[in-house]
Amino acid sequence: MNKRFNRRGFIQGGLAASAAATVSLAGKTQAATFEGYPNSMGVLVDLSRCVGCRSCEAACNKEQHLPAPEKPFNDFSVFDEMLHGQKRRTDETRYTVVNRYEIPGREHPLYRKIQCNHCQEPACLTSCFVNAYTKTPEGAVIYNPDVCVGCRTCMVACPFYIPTFRYSSAFHPRIMKCVFCYDTRLTKGRPPACVESCPQEALTFGRRNDLLDMGRQRIRENPGAYEDHIYGEHEAGGTAWMYLSPAPFAQVGFDTSVPKEPILNYVKDFLSIVPMVLTIWPALFAGFHLLAKRKETRGQQTKNEGEV
Amino acid sequence: MNIFSKNTPEIPIASLCKPDGAVWSIKEKLWLGLSRQQYQDQFLRNPVNWLLIAIFAIGVPLILQRYFAGLGSITHASDDYPWGLFLGFGLFGMVPLSASGFLLGTTVEIFGRKDFVPIERLALLNGLLGYFFAVVYLEVDLGMPWRLYYPMFVSLGPAAVLFLVAWHVATYLSVQVAEVSTAYFEWIGWLKGKRFIKSIAVGLTISGIILSTLHQGALGALFTYAPTKIHPLWISTNFQWVHFFCSAIFAGLSMVIVSSTLCKNFLTWRCDRRFLDSVDELTLGLGKGCAYALITYLVIKVVGIAHDNDWAHLLTGWGQYFLLEMTLAVALPMVLFAYGVKHRRVDMVRWAALISVLGIVWNRLNTSMICFNWQLYREIPHWKEVWVTVTIFALYFIVYRFILYRLPILYQWQGDK
Repeated sequence: MNKRFNRRGFIQGGLAASAAATVSLAGKTQAATFEGYPNSMGVLVDLSRCVGCRSCEAACNKEQHLPAPEKPFNDFSVFDEMLHGQKRRTDETRYTVVNRYEIPGREHPLYRKIQCNHCQEPACLTSCFVNAYTKTPEGAVIYNPDVCVGCRTCMVACPFYIPTFRYSSAFHPRIMKCVFCYDTRLTKGRPPACVESCPQEALTFGRRNDLLDMGRQRIRENPGAYEDHIYGEHEAGGTAWMYLSPAPFAQVGFDTSVPKEPILNYVKDFLSIVPMVLTIWPALFAGFHLLAKRKETRGQQTKNEGEV
Repeated sequence: MNIFSKNTPEIPIASLCKPDGAVWSIKEKLWLGLSRQQYQDQFLRNPVNWLLIAIFAIGVPLILQRYFAGLGSITHASDDYPWGLFLGFGLFGMVPLSASGFLLGTTVEIFGRKDFVPIERLALLNGLLGYFFAVVYLEVDLGMPWRLYYPMFVSLGPAAVLFLVAWHVATYLSVQVAEVSTAYFEWIGWLKGKRFIKSIAVGLTISGIILSTLHQGALGALFTYAPTKIHPLWISTNFQWVHFFCSAIFAGLSMVIVSSTLCKNFLTWRCDRRFLDSVDELTLGLGKGCAYALITYLVIKVVGIAHDNDWAHLLTGWGQYFLLEMTLAVALPMVLFAYGVKHRRVDMVRWAALISVLGIVWNRLNTSMICFNWQLYREIPHWKEVWVTVTIFALYFIVYRFILYRLPILYQWQGDK
């Protein structure tokens, strides 16, 4: 075989190679927008099915060995509890809470369960300076109390007000939040305790992608029964726990101002100036220094010249 | 300290040797050359000390309570407001007021304005102590204060803004210790150390500028993690770091003016003629810098509103509160600074400085607490939380005064330098 290298062939080959390299590089940088692990799990909450029985609260309390509540789980007066004008929220004794909402024009109230939504790109994780949080391929956002410093930035960053702090402990404080029953159930392929306990099938456990399909199907097949939106599909960059609601989401206590992109996107402006400041400032201010110095010495020189 | 009366012009212990030629011992230097009895007398004569004692009498038990019974025992332990006064005032308020170190360092070492030398050390000390006590406040607030070094050595999360804050504050603290150490080396008479620091002064100053830019900005950027929680008028996610950095400039300069005014009036015995003769002129110079920084800040705040199209918010109650802050904390000191500098009214510049110091603390409290969770409710701090905050500030005051009494900050060291 007469193998010949000529200049044209070489250039063509080189161009092709660099184009290939560029393309493959570009392929890699696509990872800058993380869309979640492909087979991660999630839960679809259908508010039209929830009757506010609080079984999920009880199951969670038992599964996670949380302290016994002041009022038993079959006491429904808790729905009237208000603190600072707010309905109940997660705290260091409860990872999940169900609240009741009276909707004008609806005969029956709606109930909403809140817990960690297990974001695809969690704000708590990205704001943590000791990497205490992990997003597992199964979809859970878990927390490592052994490295946590207790700065509580994750609580500031969470757009859903989920992580709570064990303020009551001086020696063993930690963040308390839902972990999707990661250790005890999710890794074994089982649904979290709250889902399993739900008598109404208001909570559906499954692959996040399948749940999105299911949600859309329910909306399509029951015209007028649902808001045409799956809360959590895009909120905060997408969450593992998602909601269907028969009433406008704002009326059921959802924060509709949560952006449709990861919270981290708002921080990137600053993060990107850091390397620039680190590299440009030394040259810039050394330059100022040299200018000031030069003026000084020049000043002396001309003075001397004048004297001559 | 009345024992050094205004009639005796010489400064106590301003050189290594006593008037008779013998060397001052460290102990004598610490006691300011007074006997124990004399020191005690001057201490008890000062009403400020009685106030401090009262603050500590209640504050120290409260701090112990915090460490043995948990944060929840002295604060409202709010999950909605994870950051209270300790960080709102102690970290977000103290750090901009401590920008003075890098600002005066830059003025003198980089821009070559040697006329600011008499006030440079005061600015450096003010910076060092402000940062140090921001860390003290942090140690009160952190859930696990014994893990303060974790982000450095144990578990690193380098993509987080707080990671930058931690590293920059830590390294900048070391830079500031080095910068202030020249005064300490003179005081203990170790000139080799001082000469070494002098030889790397430009490098130290430039690293100070880098670290200050980044972490003053980073403190602002921390709030960009909560774009939906803070009222839009107090958060502009694109520009938040610039807003914080720019406001730190007039905050730091104003703090030096306030501090030097206090020294000039209440610590006259410790100041030498060089400081006393130049402080008015330097105050005008600093005031000029403040006026420039304030007008810049005002403009970029408006740019922030325009960029995010927040105009409609100005018509709400929150908007009026925002305009009140802009008027009292930005426009008013700006006008006073500008007028005072132009007409050489030093007193006016000093009042403007006080207003802008309070104003910047107000702004940081607004961002971190008052306008945080603006759609929920206001959190009023527990009185114990307020008292502990005041106690730590009192400790800051005492350390500040202790150092000014002794090290050559307000006066020049006599003899070998």
